[in-house]
Amino acid sequence: MDFGSINPVLLVASVMVSATPILLAAIGETVVERSGVLNLGVEGMMITGAVVGFAVAVNTGDPASGFAAAALASAVLSLTFGVLTQIFLSNQVATGLGLTLVGLGLSSLIGKPYEGMKSPTLPKLDLGPLSDLPVVGRMLFSHDIMVYLALGIVALVWMFLKFTRAGLILRAAGENHDAAHALGYHVVRVRLMAIFFGGACAGLGGAYLSLVRVPQWTEGMTAGAGWIALAIVVFASWRPWRVLVGAYLFGGVTVLQLNLQAAGADVPVALLSASPYLVTILVLVIISARGAHAAPGSLGRPFHASQ
Amino acid sequence: MIALEKRPQPSRGWLVAAPLLAVVLTMLVGGAMFAALGVDPVEAIRTIFWDPLFNPQFASYSRPQLLVKAGPLILIAIGLSLGFRAGIWNIGAEGQYIMGAICGAGAGLAFYPSESLLIFPLMALAGALGGWAWAMIPALFKTRFGTNEILVSLMLVYVAESILASVSSGLLRNPEGMGFPGSRNLAQWDAAANRELLANTGMHWGVVAAFVSVILAYVLMSRHVLGFNIRLSGDAPRAARFAGVRPARIIIFCLGTAGALAGLAGLFEVAGPAGQISIDFNSGYGFTAIIVAFLGRLHPVGILLAGLLMALTYIGGELAQLMLGVPGASIQLFQGMLLFFLLGVDVFTNYRLRLGRREVA
Amino acid sequence: MNRRTLLASAAILAAAPAFAQDDPVKVGFIYVGPIGDGGWTYEHNEGRLAVEEHFGDQVETVYQESVPEGADAVRAITQMALSGADIIFTTSFGYMDPTIEVAANFPDVVFEHATGYKRAENVSTYSARFYEGRAIQGHIAGAMTESNRIGYIASFPIPEVIRGINSAYIHAKKVNPDVEFSIVWAYTWFDPAKEADAARALIENGADVILQHTDSTAPQAAAQEAGDVITFGQASDMAEYAPEPRVSSIIDNWAPYYIDRVQAVIDGTWESQDVWYGIDQGMVEIGEITDAVPEDVREQALEMKDAIAAGEYHPFTGPINRQDGSEWLAEGETADDGTLLGMDFYVEGLSGEIPN
Repeated sequence: MDFGSINPVLLVASVMVSATPILLAAIGETVVERSGVLNLGVEGMMITGAVVGFAVAVNTGDPASGFAAAALASAVLSLTFGVLTQIFLSNQVATGLGLTLVGLGLSSLIGKPYEGMKSPTLPKLDLGPLSDLPVVGRMLFSHDIMVYLALGIVALVWMFLKFTRAGLILRAAGENHDAAHALGYHVVRVRLMAIFFGGACAGLGGAYLSLVRVPQWTEGMTAGAGWIALAIVVFASWRPWRVLVGAYLFGGVTVLQLNLQAAGADVPVALLSASPYLVTILVLVIISARGAHAAPGSLGRPFHASQ
Repeated sequence: MIALEKRPQPSRGWLVAAPLLAVVLTMLVGGAMFAALGVDPVEAIRTIFWDPLFNPQFASYSRPQLLVKAGPLILIAIGLSLGFRAGIWNIGAEGQYIMGAICGAGAGLAFYPSESLLIFPLMALAGALGGWAWAMIPALFKTRFGTNEILVSLMLVYVAESILASVSSGLLRNPEGMGFPGSRNLAQWDAAANRELLANTGMHWGVVAAFVSVILAYVLMSRHVLGFNIRLSGDAPRAARFAGVRPARIIIFCLGTAGALAGLAGLFEVAGPAGQISIDFNSGYGFTAIIVAFLGRLHPVGILLAGLLMALTYIGGELAQLMLGVPGASIQLFQGMLLFFLLGVDVFTNYRLRLGRREVA
Repeated sequence: MNRRTLLASAAILAAAPAFAQDDPVKVGFIYVGPIGDGGWTYEHNEGRLAVEEHFGDQVETVYQESVPEGADAVRAITQMALSGADIIFTTSFGYMDPTIEVAANFPDVVFEHATGYKRAENVSTYSARFYEGRAIQGHIAGAMTESNRIGYIASFPIPEVIRGINSAYIHAKKVNPDVEFSIVWAYTWFDPAKEADAARALIENGADVILQHTDSTAPQAAAQEAGDVITFGQASDMAEYAPEPRVSSIIDNWAPYYIDRVQAVIDGTWESQDVWYGIDQGMVEIGEITDAVPEDVREQALEMKDAIAAGEYHPFTGPINRQDGSEWLAEGETADDGTLLGMDFYVEGLSGEIPN
């Protein structure tokens, strides 16, 4: 077997691109879950972002407006989930699944006129001398702006959660909402904002699929990416930097698998496609076996001030 | 300022009124959506909710189909509801359903083409065991290490799907199938077929199992100490521990039952309506059942009704596509709306609106 | 609403409407994907629209999209028959057993199942010889590749896909003995992101021609982005990517067949049959070969197309050996349809193994 044709530089570059949508969605969901809310509707929000971003980019000719509109649309959609779960106290698991249904249905209705169209896509960023560096230039500094923006969001989320007071409040709401409430924090408001942010990130991720990575609109095009994002959050045990690792790992396994096949290796495809999930389970078990219960304490539990 | 105040007891009136209100709201908003799509809203709503039951052209076929579609949903949802009552969040029923179907079908096909009467019971047993074993993975991790079962069970769905793709084009592939993926057709093999028990009723063993499970769950939850312990573990975990309830037992019982029922549902489906193991024979029943469980408020009778309602929107939705040419996506959106409204108005069962100054809790 | 109502009793499953001369013929279609997939289902729906166009008021068409294969298919087909459909096209392999099952209950409705092998009195099967188109693709690909590496995005290891790979390879090899095929099994018919990744992986591994047997246009977009890579439209023309990267395409043109069969129902001459049509009958069309293809290659390709259409040339003509070197077809021998339908082996020269 000859793997000589696999170019590691291009491989890493591909992984960075192919991981960006799930990275964006996962980092958003991390914030949502750290605030104590489990939103299983990531898939629905992503695909809504994908169609809205595409439609707006086609109509305005400007991918940046597409991304902005996608973030806004998905965030607004996620607020229906927010209102139902936080104000009407509905069950988060069921509502999240409902959000997925709504998103998938809505997106294909919106998308009908845009099938088979092409959209303006994001140019590669010209980073001057950085892009010209040998090896790392092609690997790291030859992408479009969203790849770096996604990394920036990860860094910001990390700083927000770790160093800011607002981040502390958000984590408090997630760990123990009753205590946070007793301390006078507005648990519901905090969570609504987190859900809004999660929606916006998922929307960006979806738009990255339809505007850069594929780039076109086709019905059902997220094909499960939202569920993978959910897995990554867990894999990362709710830590931003590990979300980055997780997204690159998940994206990486797929890309590597395809590359190995392209290079002529006999790959047990079924086994490999299941491997990220098996690894995630393993990670979960190891974390919990060490006694560190990484999941936010109030994750998925409804909160009402009178309880 | 409007505030929600918890009722001392769930309102009986709202218990009935909430689902009705939700259906009416869905009809209004959904009707507006259909109108926007250029379809007569009254006709669309009638096609979805009325025609499957009473249209002379379809009803005699689609009424039994309601049972066929609702059967697996109810069976899975009943199992899930036990865990949900106890605060155990198994959202991987889809995986347990797949593994049940694979194990059950595999156990049967190992004896092909025997016509022994034992084949079908054996398959049912293997199906239940397959689902049970798949659910034991998150159960053991949770009891051993405290690992979060929501996530493990969800991850295992993807693993099950990979296994399904692999066996349907490998191990269980029909040797006479011209190289196409998919197992032999179990519905065409007498010993293994899960047939309609009474002609034109839609009643097959899976539907029977669903009804039986509703009754057993009802008895368990309202009359049996184990049911009491389950509810106690969910409502007041600390109190349950003081009362001597062993959490590990509850976890193993709830997850195991849910897995076994989901596995059974998978086997009955694959041996009957679906007929064969194929790459995507699973059509999301495991996830839809979660919705059904919550729509039924985790109560056995509620689940029965919710399963039937959900099945009605599926079948009515198909009729609407067929007769009115509405896009499939609009039906998906319609179901999503129904779910949102049902979940939303349900709050009034346990809370009431208060106008005026918000009290400090 | 259709006036032909059915008896609401157990007998419905045996009863079916009598034809009334002034009633339009109702034509039903069951689709496996959404119409907007841009590939497989899209083309079947184009066929439906062509039927409407051709017959006008004489027909009424109905369809249902995204019908899962299995239990839901039985119901969808039955309901369509109950709604008074006179002829129903079930357009995916997975509807085979459901179609046969429903057909037994509706002896007066006729059924047409795409790509299957089970038939009945009132069930025909039809399929297209896509491998004829693959031969022409293979020829263009072999002639145009500079890296001598051709990437192939395959969906599932089923005979139809394997046939396509073999046909393309044989003809690429013929014009270019140094050519090598890199085959990636995507295990999906439709997942734009994964298809795009697969195309990128192949390109990064040196392929400068991408053939695809998956349904989305994502590989075309990936090739366009990479530059200097050519592709071929699959199932539908994908003309929005012409003249480059898409240099030609295989189009599934179901319209003539659908019109033909509906006409037979109208005339009362419909009979169960098994057809496997190719370029000859227009079921497989070769989309426009663009200017990106050198003139001489284009002419050879068109010659081959004419020869196949005229029945003078069979893409699987010996000598051809199996991958393990054993003889499959002797000099001058052509493959029989039975072997082609169940093809589960690579021809000599292809590397790698067919999964499972």
